[in-house]
Amino acid sequence: MLIANRGEIARRIQRTCREMGIETVAVFSDADAEMPFVREADRAIRIGPAPSRESYLKVEAILDAAKRTGADAIHPGYGFLAENADFARAVKDAGLIFVGPTPEAIDAMGRKREAKALVAEAGVPVVPGYAGSEQDADTLGAEAAKIGYPVLLKASAGGGGKGMKRVDSAEGLADAIESAKREAKSGFGDDTLILEKYVERPRHVEIQIFGDAHGNVVHLHERECSIQRRHQKILEESPSPALDAELRARMGEAAVAAGKAIGYQNAGTVEFILAEDGAFYFLEVNTRLQVEHPVTEAITGLDLVRLQLRVAAGHALPFTQSAVPRHGAALEARVYAEDPASGHLPQTGVIRDWFLPELAGVRVDAGVETGTSVGVHYDPMLAKIITSGVDREEARVRMVHALRALSVQGLVTNRELLLAILEHPAYVQGALHTHFLDHHAIAAAPPSEASMRRALVAALLFDRHHRVERADLPRLAGFRNNPFSPQSVTYRVGDAEHALSYGDAPLLFRHIAGSVTVDGAHARVLEVSGSDAHGTIRLEFDGEIFLARVTAYEDRRFVHQLGDSLAFRVLPRFPRKEIERPAGACIAPMPGTVVRVDVAVGDEVNAGQRLLVLEAMKMEHTLNAPSDGKVESLAVVVGDQVEADAILAVIASD
Amino acid sequence: MSDVQRYPVLPTQVDARSESFGANHQQAKTALAALHAALDEAKAGGGEKYVERHRSRGKLLPRERIEGLLDRDSYFLEIGALTGYRMKGEPPGTAVVGGVGLVSGVECLVVASEATMKGGAVTPMSLEKTGRLAEIAEENHLVGVSLIESAGADLPNQDQIFVRGGGGFRSLTQRSKNRIPTVCLVFGSSTAGGAYLPGMSDYVVMVKNQAQVYLAGPPLVKMATGEDSEHEELGGARMHSSVSGVSDYLAEDELDALRLGREIVAHLDWRKEVPTPREVEEPVHDPEELLGIATHDVRIPFDQREVIARIVDGSRFSEFKPLYGSTLVCGWAHIHGFPVGILANNGTLFSESANKGAQFIQLCNHSHTPLLFLQNTTGFMVGKKYEQEGIIKNGAKLINAVSNSTVPAITIMTGSSYGAGNYGMAGRAFHPRFLFTWPNHHIAVMGGKQLAGVLDIIQRQSASKKGIEVDEQKLGVMKAMTEQMIEKQSTALYATARLWDDGIIDPRDTRAVVAISLSAAYNAPVVGTTSWGTFRH
Repeated sequence: MLIANRGEIARRIQRTCREMGIETVAVFSDADAEMPFVREADRAIRIGPAPSRESYLKVEAILDAAKRTGADAIHPGYGFLAENADFARAVKDAGLIFVGPTPEAIDAMGRKREAKALVAEAGVPVVPGYAGSEQDADTLGAEAAKIGYPVLLKASAGGGGKGMKRVDSAEGLADAIESAKREAKSGFGDDTLILEKYVERPRHVEIQIFGDAHGNVVHLHERECSIQRRHQKILEESPSPALDAELRARMGEAAVAAGKAIGYQNAGTVEFILAEDGAFYFLEVNTRLQVEHPVTEAITGLDLVRLQLRVAAGHALPFTQSAVPRHGAALEARVYAEDPASGHLPQTGVIRDWFLPELAGVRVDAGVETGTSVGVHYDPMLAKIITSGVDREEARVRMVHALRALSVQGLVTNRELLLAILEHPAYVQGALHTHFLDHHAIAAAPPSEASMRRALVAALLFDRHHRVERADLPRLAGFRNNPFSPQSVTYRVGDAEHALSYGDAPLLFRHIAGSVTVDGAHARVLEVSGSDAHGTIRLEFDGEIFLARVTAYEDRRFVHQLGDSLAFRVLPRFPRKEIERPAGACIAPMPGTVVRVDVAVGDEVNAGQRLLVLEAMKMEHTLNAPSDGKVESLAVVVGDQVEADAILAVIASD
Repeated sequence: MSDVQRYPVLPTQVDARSESFGANHQQAKTALAALHAALDEAKAGGGEKYVERHRSRGKLLPRERIEGLLDRDSYFLEIGALTGYRMKGEPPGTAVVGGVGLVSGVECLVVASEATMKGGAVTPMSLEKTGRLAEIAEENHLVGVSLIESAGADLPNQDQIFVRGGGGFRSLTQRSKNRIPTVCLVFGSSTAGGAYLPGMSDYVVMVKNQAQVYLAGPPLVKMATGEDSEHEELGGARMHSSVSGVSDYLAEDELDALRLGREIVAHLDWRKEVPTPREVEEPVHDPEELLGIATHDVRIPFDQREVIARIVDGSRFSEFKPLYGSTLVCGWAHIHGFPVGILANNGTLFSESANKGAQFIQLCNHSHTPLLFLQNTTGFMVGKKYEQEGIIKNGAKLINAVSNSTVPAITIMTGSSYGAGNYGMAGRAFHPRFLFTWPNHHIAVMGGKQLAGVLDIIQRQSASKKGIEVDEQKLGVMKAMTEQMIEKQSTALYATARLWDDGIIDPRDTRAVVAISLSAAYNAPVVGTTSWGTFRH
């Protein structure tokens, strides 16, 4: 099995292959040679430079890799070539199995407007709308009334929300049409409008379907994916808190009908929007394994990849619709390297610590590990955490616990944002919609002062422990027979500096091994494990015992404790004194007397040209122009006494 | 783990609720309070005014410089913190701070001038103290780091300084010859004799715009040759770093100098022959109890095994000849993993105890084991019986063994140190590598009462020989005064001021202090001898 993908999904597919006794081939770009998915594959083939266009999207390179390794089948994962019908076709033409739907089905669903018409014919509800050529106000008014307010006016040629207008009643329609046409004309050179039903506070609910080569199509229940940012899902769950048995059955049937209409084979997802009144409308079919497929696996107990491989090999689905299991509830959270505080901007860097302990009811599909470099070339999703429970609340609590326990350090992630969502009352109640984040203005909470203090103390004692262990007489660290002043370390957290002073208990004048006073509170190290670059410390500070993971990289420190991942820097004990000098400055190398000045302000000079002469230590020192330019300032005249490091002249270069 | 027979754990008879324990503890606390008051006085430097002036120039105090030089979390064993204390013409600590601590992982002998006291001028006692610090560096092969800012000799006392003072320079260059380098960081002026400190050091760093090093300052130059000169051109850091070559590195500021000093020590690639032991067991018995064990009245003895049980690893002690010469407890133990042979006084020394001690010292030399002396002795036993047993020749054996032993010895004064007991138990004159004192300590040729009594008897004998009447009143006054004077001269503070020891320590710190001393000693080869002076059998 060649997996034409990378990161977590490549590892996910490898896992099932391993269980089934299938050898795996990883393909990788220059940027990914050190990634876990490459290391863990049975074989690995380099396919090109970092940009996906030259590697993961390069069909010939992937087929060459398949040929070179003798692969029998190709799994495309999601993204990249997963929904590329030409690729599916090329795989087939090469005599290999493509793990996915037929090229025809991919094609059919790829053309969105036609797909919509196709499923509508099969009786699947689509968003009511009007896309006719009659554009006069009366026709549009009549159509709007038929659809029912509120409606959305869109430029037919448009996209990206430009020229989109929400209209709440018939009175406002005429004005809205006029301005929408104007915008459409200026924006796209075409003032043709389309009308669509405006769904307020919509939910995104999708149905996992599965078809085989024998004409069977079943659904594996729904997933609700309403929590999104920038129109991309970050939290998914099943069952949807909005569905009852009846609605679930109806949506499932609609999805199966859509699948059957195109003779769907393998895994697919039928996406709907769900209105507050329970009406649902077809959006599109994703002809691939979805990112959020583990949610379905958690509630059904099925391995969807295994099912994909069975179906791709020509086997019939091993169960009928009525036998599809469903237990409890599951959630998936996507951990992204992105900064929610700056428009979810993707972040790059090296993951300095990645750790999540084994927890009951928690599955982790991670593409990264400690040391992984996250670059600009690919999607910044680092991992998915999937939790399950007897009900939604148990799964939610487990997710909160897991995300708090997750130590991800070195770059900014959405971990804290996910926690803020999961603990929001509206989320707890299941009152979800696709504008949830903006509507509730959800933002990650900054760590508390107490948490910051704990983290700093943990880093301090962690470093101290390792420093001391390497030194002579570790148990006598900091001993003074004539106590003078405490030790001190200064950290920079963001823009703020925190100085921690520590030492033997000041009033007792006593040195007690392993015990130290930090910032006036008693601290004691109970246990340290790992290395000085990467480890854990269990300590008591100010009456509380806690465990912290500490990562030290150069002057950076990363501490994860009690659910908070914090990062800061250790300031140097001996800061290098930088002498501030403007560009082009001519500096006195030593104290002396100016005995000669050759230039005046405004003179054009060449680099190396003599500017003035200084006499010091009975010797003459010539000072030359550091660069070509004009004498901008001259601070001295002949006879002046100057101090060392004094700026004598400044040359402005153009 | 290898099947090495471990030493048995010492039992204890100490009852922390007993009256005597409480009384000892109370007295110890009082003595420690007095010690800390004295140390605070020494740490105050030249007083608020001079400290303020020093700081206003952006300069660090000597102890701040030392803290900055030392590795984070290093220990620092200060030597002679109270040298010169309450001595005429001497600032407490004698304007020099010195001790042993880690710099870039290397145990160094660090010395810093205290410029806020008489401009850091050298007094007779500071000469003694720097001499002692140099001796520590020499005997233990410790890298020296000098943090210099000194006005030079205290001119009014030049008669007590000038001639002897040359020894410091000789020692500096001899250490250099013996590959024991000295790194000299110059923070301020270092004039005349002081200029030879950087001049003879292996590495020199000077702080820009602060260090001034010259044989003669501008006034003296003017006097001598009539030449006009500026401080900077005569001896500035920049001049010495770029023109004369007296300085090897130019530091931007004080912190930069400390950083450079640390960098220099780092590249010495200093390695101890014996690595510091890593397996360390804390004592089973609480060192806190030492305060209640040591007595403050020299007439009341205490069992040194109770002390040993609170300073050695796991309170484990392998006693040698436990049934013989019981007033000298001998045996083997470990302190912070270092093996050590302990000799501890449990009373007056008899012939048997002296013979036992001499044999024990020989054994420790044969096995290259360092020695730890715990002194608490009123001396050798006197009397007809004992003289006839040969207490002199037996005592001489002990002194012979102590004198010729070549393994490092550490001496702790735990109570009293009288008479030749001081010698037999590695007193100051017998060059233990380090010698520290507990606050309850008394030291003299004999007790004040005894000495006064002896003088009284001699006076009376002399009077009766001459056939004159004894002036009882005069003799009484003389006796009382003598007793008082001896008592005053016997105290720990009096002793430490005169550098009879390396400092007074909190008894509870004994284990730490001995461990650092041993660790420092292991920078030099630890090799016992097999050759001794004549033993008279």
